Amino acid sequence: MPNFFTDNKDLLFQFENLPLQDVVDMMEKNYTQCKEYNYAPADYTDAKDNYFKVLEIIGDLTGNFIAPRAAEVDEQGNRMENGKVVYAQGTAESLKQLAEADLMGMELPYKYGGLNFPKSIYMMAVEMVSRADASLMNIFGLQDIAETIYKFGTEDQRKEFIPHFADGKYTGAMALTEPDAGSDLQAVKLQAYQDEDGNWRLRGVKRFITNGGAPVLLVLARSEAGTKDGRGLSMFACYGDDTVKVRRIENKLGIHGSPTCELQFNDTPAQLIGKRKFGLIKYVMDLMNSARLGVSAQALGISQAAYEEAVKYAREREQFGKPIYNIPVVSNMLIDMRVMLEANRSLFYATSRWVDIRNRLEETIEWLKEQGKPYSEEQERYKEANKIAALLTPITKYTLTEGANKISYDALQIHGGAGYMKEFPIERLVRDARITNIYEGTSQMQIVAATGGTMNDILAEHFTEKEKKKRKGSLERLAGYLKEIREIFDESRKYVLDKEDTDFQEVAARELVEMYTSLFVGYLLLDESEINPRKVFVANRYIVGGLAQARRNAEEIKNEQFSDLLHADEILI
Amino acid sequence: MGYRSIVLVKQVPDTANISGQVMRPDGTVNRAKLPAVFNPEDKVALELALQTKDQYGGTVTAVTMGPPKASDLLRECLYMGADEVLLISDRKFAGADTLATSYVLAEAINKLGKYDIIFAGRQAIDGDTAQVGPQTAEKLGVPQITYAEKIVEIKKNKITVRRRIDGGFEELRSPLPVLITVIKDAAFPRTFRAKRVMAYKNARTLMELEKMTEANSLLYIDDLLQEYKSKNLYMPTFTVDDLDVDLTRIGLRGSPTKVHKVESVVLAGSEHEQFEPTKEGLNELIEKLMQDHIFG
Repeated sequence: MPNFFTDNKDLLFQFENLPLQDVVDMMEKNYTQCKEYNYAPADYTDAKDNYFKVLEIIGDLTGNFIAPRAAEVDEQGNRMENGKVVYAQGTAESLKQLAEADLMGMELPYKYGGLNFPKSIYMMAVEMVSRADASLMNIFGLQDIAETIYKFGTEDQRKEFIPHFADGKYTGAMALTEPDAGSDLQAVKLQAYQDEDGNWRLRGVKRFITNGGAPVLLVLARSEAGTKDGRGLSMFACYGDDTVKVRRIENKLGIHGSPTCELQFNDTPAQLIGKRKFGLIKYVMDLMNSARLGVSAQALGISQAAYEEAVKYAREREQFGKPIYNIPVVSNMLIDMRVMLEANRSLFYATSRWVDIRNRLEETIEWLKEQGKPYSEEQERYKEANKIAALLTPITKYTLTEGANKISYDALQIHGGAGYMKEFPIERLVRDARITNIYEGTSQMQIVAATGGTMNDILAEHFTEKEKKKRKGSLERLAGYLKEIREIFDESRKYVLDKEDTDFQEVAARELVEMYTSLFVGYLLLDESEINPRKVFVANRYIVGGLAQARRNAEEIKNEQFSDLLHADEILI
Repeated sequence: MGYRSIVLVKQVPDTANISGQVMRPDGTVNRAKLPAVFNPEDKVALELALQTKDQYGGTVTAVTMGPPKASDLLRECLYMGADEVLLISDRKFAGADTLATSYVLAEAINKLGKYDIIFAGRQAIDGDTAQVGPQTAEKLGVPQITYAEKIVEIKKNKITVRRRIDGGFEELRSPLPVLITVIKDAAFPRTFRAKRVMAYKNARTLMELEKMTEANSLLYIDDLLQEYKSKNLYMPTFTVDDLDVDLTRIGLRGSPTKVHKVESVVLAGSEHEQFEPTKEGLNELIEKLMQDHIFG
C-alpha cells in the first residue's frame, strides 16, 4: 500500500519545515471562518493538521489508484466520439475519485466550495499526482483556471463557474496558443466581437489546447478590431458547447492521457473576464505564472518517479555478480540524481511559498482597501514579494523542467537496454518529461523572464543576510564556496553590463541565471543542513558542483564564447 | 423517501501485512504489533450502503463493537460519508465469540429504532468465520442474503440482490428489512472526503472523552460530553448499561467457542492427492479430511 505522501521522506521534510504561518494567518482571516464552515481550521496547528490529513488522502489515491492506471492511460490515450473528447478510462476513473474526495478546488475559497488551501499545499498534491501519472496533472493541475475567474471575474461569474470547479463537475482549459501565436502571444488573432444585443462572441481557431474538450474554457481573444499587439487582447470565459468544435486531438510523444486539441470557435457566446484590453498583459501573465508553477510540480513528480524507478532497478539488476547499485559509476549517477531531485524540491517549495505570500498580500490589500483601512505596510511587503516571486517562478520552471529531463534520461540509462523497452515505466517518464521544458513557456523564454531580476541582482540583500550567518563545522566551508560563487557572479554580471550589448546579454543570461540559481538553492540547502544532518551530503554535492559550474559559466562569458554569433551564417552551413 | 441503512463494521489486525516481528516463536500472532485496519469487506459493505443512499436517499449508520481503539474506525466511516456512527464498547463484552457478538449487535440495533437494510462484510480477515452477519439476522428475525455482489433494485419495500454462487450468480428478492453480507468485489470503497476529514477528525467517543478527563483533572466528563455534542462531534457510545442484555450471554461467559489449540502450519506444496469428481470420490475426500482432523 504505497502512499506517495508519507513514503516520500523529502516531501514530508518540506511539509514539516515550510514556514507557512504568515500565509495561513492571512488566508484564514485570523481563523474566524471555522464558525461558518465546519471544516475550517481553528488555528495554525489545526490548519497544518488538516493539510497533512488531506495530503495523506492524496498520497493514498495517487499511490494505490492513479499510479497503477498510468501505463494503461498512456497506452490508450484519448479519443474523439461525435466531436467530443473521451478520456482514457483510467483518467476518467481517477478524476472521479479526486472529485469525490473534494480535491478539485483545493485553493478556492470556502464560499465557493473550495478547501481554501495555500498554493504550496496544492502544489504538493500536484507533485504527487504527477508522480503517479504526469498526464493527469494536465487536468488536475488546471485548478488555476477557476482561480483566475475568482481573481478577475465578477461576483456573478464567480457564482456561475467556481462552485462547479470545486465539486469536480467542471474542468477547464486555457485557450491561448494559435497556429501563429505560440511563444509570441501578442500575435493572437481569434476574434471577439459583440453581436447586435451587445453579447460577446468568439470566432476563430486555437491550437495545442490542453484539455480542449473541457466544459469551461478561458480564451484569449482580440476584442479590439484592427489592433496588432497585446493591448488589443481580452480574456473571455465560455462553455465548451456545440459551437466549440474539437477539430482534432494531437498525436503526441508523451502525456498521452492529456488531450491536446485543436479548437474551432463558431460564434461561441462568451463572457468578458475582467477589463477589456488587459487580457494578455495582466490576466494571462497571472495565469501563466501560476501554470508555470504547476508544470514545475509536474516535472518534480516525474523526477521523483524516475528516480524511484532507477534506484529500484539498480538494486535488483545484477551484473558482474552484484547489484549494479554497488558499482561506483552507477551509484554516483544515482547520487547526482537524488541531489538534483532534493535541490529542485527545495527550490520549488521556496518559490511556491513566495508566490503564496505575494498572492495573500494582494488579497489582504484588497480587503483592507474595502474596509477603508491603511495598507501601506502591506503594500511595501507586496512589492518585495512580487519582485521575488516574479524572478523565482521562471527560475524554477527552467531548473525543474530541465532537471526532470536530466533525471529521467539518466534513469533510463541506468536501466540499460531494458529501459528502452516498453516493459518498464521509465520510457514513459522520459517521454512525459520532454514537454515540461517546452509548454507554458520554453526554457529559453524562462531565461528571458528571469533576466531582469538577475541582472538587477534583486536578491542581493537576501544573500548578504545569508552570508552574515555563522555556520557550523563543514557548513562553514560550503558557505565559503557560496561566497565565491557570488563573487564570480558579480564579476560576470558586471562584465556583461559593461559591454552594453543586448544580443550578448541575451545569450549570456542563461549562464548568469544559472549562477544565481546555484546561489539561491545553495543557501536553501545550507539552511536545511542545520535542521537535518543528512542534508549536509546534499548541500555538499550541490554547492561544490555549483561552484564548478559558476567557474565554467564565467569562463564562457569572459572568453567571449558568444562572439561567434556574428558568424552564425558561416558556421551554420 | 429513502432507506435507513445500518452497516456492521469491525477493526481487525492487518493480517495482509504480517512481518517477522509480528509472529511469536510459537506461531501465534502478536496482535499488539499489528496495525489495526478497517476490515476490507466491511468497508465494501459501507460503500454499498453509501451507494444505496446516493441512489435512493436515506441515511447510513455505521456500528461497531470493539475496544475504545475502534473509535478510529468510526471516524473513518464518517470520513467516507456515514451520517451516524455507534460504538458498542465495554470490558464486559471482551472475549466474545460470534454468538455473543451477534447477540449484543442485535440488541443494539433494536435500540436504534426502525431500519431498512443492514449491510455487513461477508467475513472478517482475523476470524474468517462469516458467522456474525447471519447470526445477527437470525436474532433480529429478518431475512438474510449472503455473498451479495450487487444491489439490483429497491422498489416498494422489496430489494433485489445478486449473490455470488459457485460458477455463477443468482438473484434474490426479499422484503425489507433485510440483512445483506457483502463480498469484496461488490464495490470499490470510496476515498475519504477531504472536507469530512477536516470536519470530523476531532469527533470522539465516550471512552476517548473519558481518557481526556483522566489525563487532565480540570476536565469533567459531563461538560466534555455537552461540548462535543453541541459541536456535533460526539460519536454515540453504548456500554453494557445502555443495553438490556443478559450478562450470561455476553463476553467470554456468553461464548461457547473455545480455542482448543493453535498450530503453526507450514504449507508445503509438494504432495497432492487426487479424488474423482464422483460421489464415491467425494466420500473418500471427506473421510481423509476427517482423518487429518481438518474436518471434525
